[in-house]
Amino acid sequence: MNSRIALSVSLITLAVLAGCSSQPAAPEQDGAGVEGRTPSAVSTAPVSTDPYDLAALKDPKSPLAKRSVYFDYDSYVIKDEFKPLLDHHAKFLVRNGQMKMLIQGNADERGSREYNLALGQKRAEAVKKALLLLGAKEGQLESVSLGEEKPACAESTETCWAQNRRGDMLYSGEF
Amino acid sequence: MKTHCFRWLAGGLLGCAAFLAQAQLAIEITGAGAQRLPVAVADFGGERVVSQALVSVVRSDLERSGLFNMIDTTGALLDENSVPNHAEWRGRGADALAAGSVSATPDGRYETRFRLHDTQKQAAIAGQALSHGANQIRTTAHRIADTIYEKLTGERGIFSTRIAYVVKSAGRYELQIADADGNGAQAALASREPIISPAWSPDGGKLAYVSFEAKKPVVYVHDLATGRRHVAANFKGSNSAPAWSPDGKKLAVVLTKDGGSQIYLINVDGSGITRLASSHGIDTEPQFSPDGEFIYFTSDRGGSPQIYRLPVAGDAAQRVTFEGSYNVTPRLSPDGKLLAFITRDGGRFRVAVMDLAARQTQILTDTAKDESPSFAPNGRMILFATEVGGRGVLAAVSTDGRVKQRLSVQAADVREPAWGPFNK
Repeated sequence: MNSRIALSVSLITLAVLAGCSSQPAAPEQDGAGVEGRTPSAVSTAPVSTDPYDLAALKDPKSPLAKRSVYFDYDSYVIKDEFKPLLDHHAKFLVRNGQMKMLIQGNADERGSREYNLALGQKRAEAVKKALLLLGAKEGQLESVSLGEEKPACAESTETCWAQNRRGDMLYSGEF
Repeated sequence: MKTHCFRWLAGGLLGCAAFLAQAQLAIEITGAGAQRLPVAVADFGGERVVSQALVSVVRSDLERSGLFNMIDTTGALLDENSVPNHAEWRGRGADALAAGSVSATPDGRYETRFRLHDTQKQAAIAGQALSHGANQIRTTAHRIADTIYEKLTGERGIFSTRIAYVVKSAGRYELQIADADGNGAQAALASREPIISPAWSPDGGKLAYVSFEAKKPVVYVHDLATGRRHVAANFKGSNSAPAWSPDGKKLAVVLTKDGGSQIYLINVDGSGITRLASSHGIDTEPQFSPDGEFIYFTSDRGGSPQIYRLPVAGDAAQRVTFEGSYNVTPRLSPDGKLLAFITRDGGRFRVAVMDLAARQTQILTDTAKDESPSFAPNGRMILFATEVGGRGVLAAVSTDGRVKQRLSVQAADVREPAWGPFNK
């Protein structure tokens, strides 16, 4: 049991470090990363037996690897196809009460920037409300909007716009 | 040229950033008024290099307004003391004639004097003497153009005013301030993260804007003379759409701290928050009426984004726009009589203007991606952002739709324009 706790702690450390590494790598972060037995601990982590532990967040095969909810034009209604995804993330948040999530709402480029900012906010808020209903805590969640300012795809086509009407879920260490 | 250093640099800021912006706004006139007043501005006498530069700015200011037809003055040898041959100038087609001179003063500065003549009345109708440094030629020329404009049209000129806008180039956003003719651009802020919604304080000394440098929208108030700024609204969630009250003491802002986007009033220092309106939908883009009595805003409370207004004293909101399914970004003319906004019609977003008394709406542009309308302080032109050839440009249109101009920067996107107030 004690080793399990130790593992969780080291994984939190790892998660925090991983978050930091989205900035340009600094030498001292590299040093911290190789310390101890963390790499072998990750390789033997029981991901399959507990799909909602912290390791699952870094597992590309986990359903938690998907972080985006897509919306229709001028809409902030969550479509049915994204409900299972939100269910997974809510379970993760319930299991890991120390984890926080920043939900960033986005909009396509058409129309007013400020209205799109509000639309992105509604989308982020819709994701937040769904997660709250599924058991996540208010204190874990912050919904903000990036409006049309951070498009995932830059062309003026419907395919692109559809990718930009989106709510993204970021966990502690990722924002 | 001023240098502004931010002593408390936050995450995405590029640093000690302010200097002459590299890219210059270029203006292209794409339409003119139906009836243009014929005006002659003769070459000024005296200091040749200075006077030529100055007169060329006066002429291009007047011409760009779309209200004047510049009469050729070749061969005229006049200054402010000349008594012009009115009949001859009428013969050349000029209703008005400006003449002047520039002289060097012992302190290394210049004095520019000019007189404006009405060739019909055969009388001088304005005159001015302006002392200026060698680096103030454009400023002086704008003041002369403002005087001529006001004498001949009866309304104040806007040539001495400034505009703010955001230039986006690869991975870099700059909040720039330039003269109304696009010259002398300076960057007040440079950031790797988006900057939107600049709004001038009524005295022209400050800009409120939204910056994403903290990875979320936060409202700042930036003092232009010192380059110092403070956070005006950084609550949980998003903070955006700042609008100054006419007395410059308060800001209407959009916050999401209590759920959806709703309109609040705060003091400019960020204190004293009160909620203004309450809806279950989106309320955003607040704008005070010039008398301070109403806040116009965009809301989807009726099912589609439309413009509403709310008495600041507290009462029910009234819907203002009814035609179409997308009417956003309300902006009041300085006299409070016109409402400019963006309307969507068949997938095109265009600038429209509503006569608030008659409730009649006219679409002013034929572009497709118009955003962010902003009235000139004399109410004659509306500056807005649009897209030409896939690039963001600024454009201006007169409130009657006749005069059109385009302002673009080479190899960069220009957006989010805001026309500053008259200089005090």
